[in-house]
Amino acid sequence: MKQTLNALEDGVRAVVSKMPAGECGKRLEALGLYPGKAFVKISGMPFHGPVTILLDQRQIAIGHGVSSHLIVEAAQSPGETG
Amino acid sequence: MAHCNGRCSSCGGCLQGLEPGGAQTPECTKRILLTGNPNVGKSAFFSRLTGVHAISSNYPGTTVGFMEGTLRTEGTCYRLVDVPGAYTLEPTNEAEEIARKLVAEGGDKVIIVLDATALERNLVLALQVLERGIPSVVALNMVDEARHSGIIVDSTALEKELGVPVVPTVAVTGQGIRELVARLDEARVSPLTATPPESRWQRIGSIVSRVQKVVHRHHTFRDRLEDASVHKFWGALIGIAVLSLSYMAVREIGEGLINLLLDPFFESAVRPVLMKLSDILGPGSSLHTLLIGTLFDGQIDFEQSFGVVSTGLYVEFVMVLPYIVAFYAVLSFLEDSGYLPRLAILFDALLHRIGIHGYAVIPTLLGLGCNVPGILATRVLESRRERFIAATLISVAIPCAALQAMVVGVLGNIGLRYVLLVYGALFVSWIILGRLMHKLLPGYSPELIVEIPPYRLPSLQAFSMKLWFRIRGFLVEATPLVLGGILLANLLTTAGVIGFLAKAVAPLFNVVLGLPSSAAGAILLGILRKDVAVGMLVPLGLSPEQLVVATVTLSMTFPCIATFVVLWKELGGKDTAKSLAIMLATAFTAGGLLNAVFSFLS
Repeated sequence: MKQTLNALEDGVRAVVSKMPAGECGKRLEALGLYPGKAFVKISGMPFHGPVTILLDQRQIAIGHGVSSHLIVEAAQSPGETG
Repeated sequence: MAHCNGRCSSCGGCLQGLEPGGAQTPECTKRILLTGNPNVGKSAFFSRLTGVHAISSNYPGTTVGFMEGTLRTEGTCYRLVDVPGAYTLEPTNEAEEIARKLVAEGGDKVIIVLDATALERNLVLALQVLERGIPSVVALNMVDEARHSGIIVDSTALEKELGVPVVPTVAVTGQGIRELVARLDEARVSPLTATPPESRWQRIGSIVSRVQKVVHRHHTFRDRLEDASVHKFWGALIGIAVLSLSYMAVREIGEGLINLLLDPFFESAVRPVLMKLSDILGPGSSLHTLLIGTLFDGQIDFEQSFGVVSTGLYVEFVMVLPYIVAFYAVLSFLEDSGYLPRLAILFDALLHRIGIHGYAVIPTLLGLGCNVPGILATRVLESRRERFIAATLISVAIPCAALQAMVVGVLGNIGLRYVLLVYGALFVSWIILGRLMHKLLPGYSPELIVEIPPYRLPSLQAFSMKLWFRIRGFLVEATPLVLGGILLANLLTTAGVIGFLAKAVAPLFNVVLGLPSSAAGAILLGILRKDVAVGMLVPLGLSPEQLVVATVTLSMTFPCIATFVVLWKELGGKDTAKSLAIMLATAFTAGGLLNAVFSFLS
């Protein structure tokens, strides 16, 4: 199921399906995130705080606004962690 | 002599002139660029290779400008340029823009630093640099940490893939540095051809698959701690614990140094000397007034006498220096541990509502030490609007360690609640002013997108070096200003200038702030140094409430001279003027409101 990164549950492994447009997309790509790349969502902060993902053993924090424009697809059922 | 363009992240390394990197002799014209992603250890390499101390921390964006030093190998002398960390040469922020320019200007050789723990992402920049056709050498750094994480990179295979020498290194311990220097002569142009952007990841993927092996390993304690630190509940708990512990550590170290070491030293060793000097000069003589100041019951009162060598030395070395040492010890530890970017995640939601994103906690925390490095560090923020908001908020509502030491020293003796009132007033102003600027300034603020470094145990050597450079920076910069400030204050008072100015602003001070016009002199002198200004308030005999109003107003009005200079450099004349207008308006509004509340309550 395709969904936005902030809607994805914590601890779920997922694959990027569509990057946000514009500058933010470029910045994410510079950090190693691109369509087809797998990662694990670690957490999302409350009050529209950022989402943290684990990408190749490295944490990356993504602001709430951008994470609601990053489309991802869960690679496994919730509960299993990568 | 090394120079750094006035742009490195901390005044400790920058404004003081740097340690010997060797004089730049005329034959030293060859240029080596040191490039790599943010936070891969470039500054550690730079320090190792040149002997020039570059401030390095465990978070991306420590070096926003660039530094230059001299590297001598057998027979050749190079100018080594520490290029700011960049993920790509298609710039997405200011540091990358500087990096792009430096690489475009070219050099005789390039050292590309790769982080072995994140090879795929690091190869983006590496390929872009290799494609420029400059003779290159690759340092495969942090191989120890990669091994611990189960990542094994075959440097010989990588050397074949890239067509340039690859040397495994651990810059913080110096491992592999000698080999890297030895292989500089083998630097060559990579045979790799340009990659079109759409097939970049594919090409990198195939290189990585041939040179890297990832061994599965179980979650370590560090992994768990890293995950918990960004968890909505555990993260907040850890954040509160870290901040409270830091605060307690600063207080304990600061007070310990004052009560056990410096105050006893001043009382037993400095006082007798100064009293002798007082006898020689003769109380009442003008030189006595300048140097020793007023005697109370025939004795020097270190806090109130207000002479250059009595109160001047005491303020600088007993009241302020201990807290500077304590603050920078704690901050440097937090920086090198890798905790600060995690704090950025916790604070992002709050800061986003005042027009800056979470990463602004780093300049803000640095500002709690000294506003100068704080404002310089606003360069980690992407947009001009954010930098303006962050720099203005730091100048207005973030008291530097010297000012805080004096506030705690002076008001803390009267009652803890007065200290809390000052901090409360500053915090509320910070929120309201940020909110207002966010609403009123045109444009929008970008989102947080940042790499979080792994936790690392700070290396004792790097930690002590950094601490020493920061303390030395404070001493070199503050001593002449503190002593000169007190001298100037005494001269101006004697000449009647302070009295004249005080009369001119008396209505404003009496009516709006409820302060005697004599307090105006102190607040005006705050332009030189704010700690001295608080010192000037002490002999005025103000009530505790008046002291609160005066210190809050003093903290928020004009920045001290050093802060003013960097504001001007960072924001330009027009925005600095705007920022100053905001400071004055906020200071008198906050001071006036506090005064109104106090008079209403009494």
